[in-house]
Amino acid sequence: MNNLEEEISALKQELLKMFSLVGKQWKKTATAILEFDQDIAEEISSTETRVNALEIAIDRDCENILALLSPVAIDMRFVLSTYKINHELERIGDIAEGIANYICENESAYPKEVLEEVGLKSMMEQILSMISDISYAFEYEDTKVARKIFKKDKMLNKYNADSVTIILNNMDIFDRQKLLYILSTVREIERAGDSVKSIGEEIIFHIEAKVLKHVENKD
Amino acid sequence: MENVLEAKNVNVFYGDFQALKNINMKFKKNAVTALIGPSGCGKSTYLRLFNRMNDYIDSFNMQGDIMVENKNIYNKEIVVEELRKKIGMVFQKPNPFPKSIFENVAYGLKIQGVTNKAVLKNAVRKALQQAALWDEVKLDLDKSALALSGGQQQRLCIARTLAVEPSIILMDEPTSALDPIATAKVEELIRELKQKYTIIIVTHNMQQASRISDYTAFFYMGDMIEYNKTDTIFRNPQYERTQNYITGRFG
Repeated sequence: MNNLEEEISALKQELLKMFSLVGKQWKKTATAILEFDQDIAEEISSTETRVNALEIAIDRDCENILALLSPVAIDMRFVLSTYKINHELERIGDIAEGIANYICENESAYPKEVLEEVGLKSMMEQILSMISDISYAFEYEDTKVARKIFKKDKMLNKYNADSVTIILNNMDIFDRQKLLYILSTVREIERAGDSVKSIGEEIIFHIEAKVLKHVENKD
Repeated sequence: MENVLEAKNVNVFYGDFQALKNINMKFKKNAVTALIGPSGCGKSTYLRLFNRMNDYIDSFNMQGDIMVENKNIYNKEIVVEELRKKIGMVFQKPNPFPKSIFENVAYGLKIQGVTNKAVLKNAVRKALQQAALWDEVKLDLDKSALALSGGQQQRLCIARTLAVEPSIILMDEPTSALDPIATAKVEELIRELKQKYTIIIVTHNMQQASRISDYTAFFYMGDMIEYNKTDTIFRNPQYERTQNYITGRFG
């Protein structure tokens, strides 16, 4: 293994740590929201500083490799995609923290009926499976798994699109402020899905040198 | 972009050893083409075909055609000295003659029979300006070329090549003996020269190839593995061997 290969391997391990950290944040978010657990929600906020610190460390490693080792071809694509994936993961971590903050801002649980109607549990399962898939795709350089994400993201978009009508229909039945928190949460999960999708695009760029950004049919 | 030089089914042998295997390549006019590959891959042999430098090697034997402006330069009626006016060469180590700066640059023209002092003066000045050396040596034209620094000597050799107004310039690792500052000057010069000349450069420096060339060809054990635009070669080469070489995983 030459110096560049060693540095790239180390960078990959760092980013896998980031994947793992953000994955754990989302598992906690699922518990916090579905069981209205404010203690776990608090924990998410405090762990977010670790995500931020790792983001900066990975940025610095990418810069060092570019400046000192002048990677080209697949190595350059790896560093470029890692740099972008790093930021997307940090964003996904931020979103988890945002959802956790909503939970902390409420004194009592969201109405279960509405959570069920908007499909929040299914959305959470979907985003957790997307994070798990994308982490696997990155670790094993599996673009087939990365491509699965695009279909899953479309399902999240559908939940999001349907949620407005559901919330409006419940406006006279439940606490409006809570309903708006639910709507915001749905929106945030959809945004996290978009970020996971971007990571999928970056993995495909790294492995296949194909640019899928702004491309409708990603097959 | 127009092609100025073409290799057709070129095979080269040194005795029983085959140094180049069925090479087919077209070179674009006013572009810099880099030839890269590990030592012994045939890239320098290939470069030297274009001004018939290999003719002096006893065991050298070539099959195929090298076409310059639609003429095969290996045809019997080609006068090699005339060919070398059209196709100049810059070598790895600066090789100025032990003469003055002026005489070095004027040398090729004098051999061609130019004796008019004003013509020679103008030609020397123009060549030194093109080689980005004029400002540094204009007051010392009578001084020995050997007193110049390595980087200046190499630019002097480029000026000597330019003085006879070739259309193609061959460069065989022209900066490998220079420090980074002199290298940067020569690279800048190469980029400027391509406005007027077609340049083919052999280099072991991958970053240099990516910095200055428009096209890159990767050679390995006598085969031309991949030839493409330089950005494609360094962003997404099509062959694994090319990728392994440019990423340093060769061997």
